[in-house]
Amino acid sequence: MSTTGGAPGVSEYRRGEQNIDLSPPAEQIARRGDERSEIGQREELLTLNFGPHHPATHGVLRLLVRLEGEVVRDLRPIIGYVHTGIEKTAEDKSYWKVIPVVERMDYLSYYFNAMAFCGAVETLAQVDVPARAQYLRVIHLELNRIASHLIWLGTSILDLGATSIFLYGLRERELILDLFEMSSGQRMHTRYFQVGGVIEDIPPGFAKKLREFTKVMPKRTDEYRAILDSNEIVLQRLRGTCPLDAERLLSLGVTGPLLRAAGNPWDLRKAAPYSSYDDFEFKIPVGTVGDNYDRYACRVAEIYESVKIIEQALDGLPEGPFITSDRKVALPPRHELATSMEALIHHFKLVTEGFRVPDGEAYCAIESPRGELGCFVRADGSSKPARVHMRDPSFVNLQALSPMVEGSYIADMIATVAMLDPILGGVDR
Amino acid sequence: MPDATGLELIGKELGKAVLDKTFFRERATLDIDPTAVRAVLSQLREKGFAFLASVHGVDYYPHEPRLGVIYELLDMRRVDRITVRVRLPTDAPEIDSVTPDGDYGAGWPTANHQEREVYDMFGVVFRGHPDPRRILMPEDYEGHPQRRDFPVGGEPVLFTRDEAQWLEARE
Amino acid sequence: MTRSNGDVIDYSSLAVRESSAEQMLRGGALSGANQPAHLKGTDIEGAELERHVHERILTTTLDKAVAWARSNSFFPLAFGLACCAMEQFQTAGPRMDIARFGYEAFRASPRQADLIILAGRVSIKMAPIIRRLYDQMLEPKWAISMGACCSSMGVFNNYALVPADKFMPIDVHVPGCPPRPEALMHGVLKLRKLVQDDPDAGWRERYGAAGTEEAPAGA
Repeated sequence: MSTTGGAPGVSEYRRGEQNIDLSPPAEQIARRGDERSEIGQREELLTLNFGPHHPATHGVLRLLVRLEGEVVRDLRPIIGYVHTGIEKTAEDKSYWKVIPVVERMDYLSYYFNAMAFCGAVETLAQVDVPARAQYLRVIHLELNRIASHLIWLGTSILDLGATSIFLYGLRERELILDLFEMSSGQRMHTRYFQVGGVIEDIPPGFAKKLREFTKVMPKRTDEYRAILDSNEIVLQRLRGTCPLDAERLLSLGVTGPLLRAAGNPWDLRKAAPYSSYDDFEFKIPVGTVGDNYDRYACRVAEIYESVKIIEQALDGLPEGPFITSDRKVALPPRHELATSMEALIHHFKLVTEGFRVPDGEAYCAIESPRGELGCFVRADGSSKPARVHMRDPSFVNLQALSPMVEGSYIADMIATVAMLDPILGGVDR
Repeated sequence: MPDATGLELIGKELGKAVLDKTFFRERATLDIDPTAVRAVLSQLREKGFAFLASVHGVDYYPHEPRLGVIYELLDMRRVDRITVRVRLPTDAPEIDSVTPDGDYGAGWPTANHQEREVYDMFGVVFRGHPDPRRILMPEDYEGHPQRRDFPVGGEPVLFTRDEAQWLEARE
Repeated sequence: MTRSNGDVIDYSSLAVRESSAEQMLRGGALSGANQPAHLKGTDIEGAELERHVHERILTTTLDKAVAWARSNSFFPLAFGLACCAMEQFQTAGPRMDIARFGYEAFRASPRQADLIILAGRVSIKMAPIIRRLYDQMLEPKWAISMGACCSSMGVFNNYALVPADKFMPIDVHVPGCPPRPEALMHGVLKLRKLVQDDPDAGWRERYGAAGTEEAPAGA
């Protein structure tokens, strides 16, 4: 705070600087003579602001932490630094145009966002998704789950100090992004899922490349586990730190790997199967204690299970259409446009105005890499949704951070934020 | 999902708090009286719907009462979902918060951030909420963005064909 | 210091010889020990001298040399906002290796960084913070706006976002949603070329923003 107008004299800032009391805190407290609690008499509580720009926060998360020495006594997350108004923008666009908008919400699991939205609209419009489209959706969803877990692993272990896993994870993620680019032309935010199915069938060569990937991925995950599972530093940082029991987590609304690490095997893919998940055999990794190490182990085990699901889906991929044949909802195939007048009219109406969805509200919930991802859509009969709300798992899981870290060290807090896997795009929407 | 009969039974048990029951696309929705929200949620919790999956707001413009708050409940044992809907007028958008513990037993801590978001975006005031502040918009923001009469906003798109115009306007 | 065979180097025996550059500056022809071996015994002049010089000596201005060094060693600020941050990671990843060009030292502190890559959408709550970060960076500093959301409004033209040009000067805009690692690399290399060609330090000269400093010059 410099003096303005060139006035002479000591500025407030300078005066404050010159009057800093450097005597030990206990003396200061004694001199002031306040009534303080037990805690405050030993050391003062320091309020420290983490973020929103901080290398150890995953995204722009701001934490106000009250510390007694190095022990966290209270934590308040402050969010909203990447609030994009996605839900408001979605009200302005026709249903198929909402898909790219909504995809950018939880930006690591873009297929899941699209899936939740498409699921809700398909419920409202009573559109059937053909079997081939369901299997293709499952393949892409599980690939996205692996990609999300790889970034999570890389950035979390980077917070603990190991830099190489980050680069290995990125190397694997390149393989997955190559597959996405093959099927849809884009690496991220692919607009591949549409209401009624998927936008395009997989190209020739995709299956072969995918099989190579499914052979490689478990071996690579074995390599990561060989580095990390029994690593002394990982064990000391993650074992026994910040546990929270399943009951408390349920009351906080937490789902996903966090809840599974605490022992509750709730997974929407098994409990309420959607999109042919009940055709596949896979296990749900469940932890025992609910500490950071269990959370880490659950997610890494999920990578193996996802690979199994992809292999089964690829083996059993049925022939058939890749999108619903309801021309009121899905574009007709291009070759029909040359011969059929109705197809031309449908195409025109769908592209300019979009399809109309009758009045109603629907909530569709799926299992994203972070927990229950729900999409609430309210349709009012027009071609644009009247309300789209994404129930994001990170937004709700973030409420569990404060109970988890109370009474533990800052370093454990950093590890817990990492293991919580918050994606601020989803938190802030 | 409780099917249509199940919904009727639940509606009967909850009594006069229920204003309307809807069974649409295999999903049960209860429209209830805003003053009874805590009671209804705790009664549903006793029935088994112990997980509050989502609390979100809707603006039903132009239908009155305009603002809606929707509670999505999940029964993990029977894998059932039920929706509880509350409609509030814009001139008195107040409702009891379900976050804190109270005379209807334990609260729902998961509703903490979610109710703050509904307040931030729609202006619904939750009485008794432990931390009634804006969560996503800056603290001193005026207006409730997700109401239907709030403009979408944004920057005007400057096309190069209009370049002459906006160079003039700058001077 | 001894050589491995035990001989002691006698430094007094190394005569301080005039370097060939000094000789030519003095205006003389190359002579003596500074002559190329095949021309030993003769002085070279004229065109041959020119060629000899061109092959061996690089002259430049200090500005250009400093600009070359600066452009090849950006320290980006580790700053990711949203989806573009994921592609920024991939750019630092093994396939599209940003370390090939020398930019792998992502710094955590803005005081140590000279390049801020705005990766992601800038919301109205975040804009003053980014501005503060940018102000904390020391001159010379550059900014790349990565992705459509911060360059223009991107997919989301609404109340919650601010295009980065509104509150800070941006040198290179990289379009894409999100831009591929190749696209980001192209943008960074364009910035490198910009810095090499135009070695003016400080964005105020570049943008004609003199007089916008908080403490006026000379006060």
